[in-house]
Amino acid sequence: MPKISYQSHDGTVADVNAPENMSVMQVAKANGVDGIVAECGGSAMCATCHVYVAEDFLDRLPVMNAVEDEMLDCTATERKPSSRLSCQIKLTPDLDGIVIHVPERQT
Amino acid sequence: MSPAPIVILGGGHAGAQLAASLREEGYDGSIAIVNGEGVAPYQRPPLSKGYIHGDIPAEALSLRAQSFFNTKRIDIVNQAAVSIDRALRNVRLTSGQALEYSHLILATGSRSRTLELPGSGLQGSHELRTLEDASRIRADLQSCRSALVIGAGFIGLEFAAAARKKNIEVNVIELADRPMARSLSPKMSDFFRDAHRDTGSQFHFGRRVNELRGWQGHVTEAVLDDGRAIAADIVLVGIGVVADDRLARDAGLVCEDGIVVDEALLTSDPRISAIGDCARHPNPFARATIRLESVQNAVDQAKCVARRLVGKPEPFHSLPWFWSDQGSLKLQIAGLVRGCDTFVSRGDPKSSAFSVFGFADGALRCVESVNRAGDHMAARRLLDAGCAISTEEAGDTAFDLKAAVRRAAVSA
Repeated sequence: MPKISYQSHDGTVADVNAPENMSVMQVAKANGVDGIVAECGGSAMCATCHVYVAEDFLDRLPVMNAVEDEMLDCTATERKPSSRLSCQIKLTPDLDGIVIHVPERQT
Repeated sequence: MSPAPIVILGGGHAGAQLAASLREEGYDGSIAIVNGEGVAPYQRPPLSKGYIHGDIPAEALSLRAQSFFNTKRIDIVNQAAVSIDRALRNVRLTSGQALEYSHLILATGSRSRTLELPGSGLQGSHELRTLEDASRIRADLQSCRSALVIGAGFIGLEFAAAARKKNIEVNVIELADRPMARSLSPKMSDFFRDAHRDTGSQFHFGRRVNELRGWQGHVTEAVLDDGRAIAADIVLVGIGVVADDRLARDAGLVCEDGIVVDEALLTSDPRISAIGDCARHPNPFARATIRLESVQNAVDQAKCVARRLVGKPEPFHSLPWFWSDQGSLKLQIAGLVRGCDTFVSRGDPKSSAFSVFGFADGALRCVESVNRAGDHMAARRLLDAGCAISTEEAGDTAFDLKAAVRRAAVSA
């Protein structure tokens, strides 16, 4: 079971054991982690589940598709090289220990 | 005594967003969401997609964490509203309690249009609107072999794709001559018809269902208007929705298939607004007064009203956009297809990555994209800026849409 550490902009940390095959967005939702909205429910259509992924995990993430890439240009907080939509990060054993920085706002 | 709260009727996308936006805009007074659904606000789009297929657990659907509502001091009242007293400015709840409001926002959404025909009360016949509906469908899909879909709209076809993924036989009955006829260009309709056929769904266009028949209370087959019987142990009725405007009607607000609002989203009572599916509003992109049933509309109308309530009024002016996930295909729509007289394809439909640009009197009005996210995002900006591109430019894949967006930004 991969472990995810969600770190909010105000320093709150939520460490969660996540079942595989769920997305980083869905695990946040299921565990009441605040700050990830996902108003489209995981279709990569709204850019309100934007997160920054800790650098050492970036190259282990699933490849970004065109839809996600386009949506990341519409985030409420600045797009950085570590920006991803958390609904597009499906959990694998490889991502155990991943650190996710949740931005201050999504809308 | 502190002033009465802003009261929001409805805890869907519109209601939850309004509460969140009020706090973002700095509103410091009390906020109450009257949520008759009995479940914390949740994401509705996945219900007809990943959720019924079994990919997503219910607890992963919440729209905001409970801690969010607590820290933002948003009171969620888990009761239904019974009536509105406009003279006393309060809402009567099922408990009998009267909740006073300083401003009231109706975000009551819509209800599935029901099918009135013999056998429609049989078990196994479903509508798909709420988490409760979707949970029943999800359970039934575990054991069924053949599905009948009444209505080839977004919900019906998303369901059809999910059922085919489970190898369930799928028949789709549609009164019109093509799928999603109300929302799509003929070109895009045809593409989706073929794509669903390729994955094994069968269509029956120009037909209606006359009767559902069953055995021991459970549906077993549908009889069409041509007399044909089609086996089905699950039926999905997806024939559209009707605005939930009962409370507004009873309170004497002007309603006409939805609660009629002005360009500021105010009803005929200046202390009451309406947003989301239930609001019939003047839409500059439709050049008409319409209702829209979409997440985008719910969210943008909520933001518009929140700004007005903190003293930053502006007319509602947001480009409509939509999406639908049907099997492996992602459909994205910017603008509204109604009124378009000319359609131009960009890219090759055979590659399953193309867009259809819709024009009315030579002006771009709508762009439908399949697996061309760049077109969709550029189209949103072009339409929003009212930017002119020609039909030739739209159809020429060498023409850079993003450059046109930049051109529009410079000239603005």
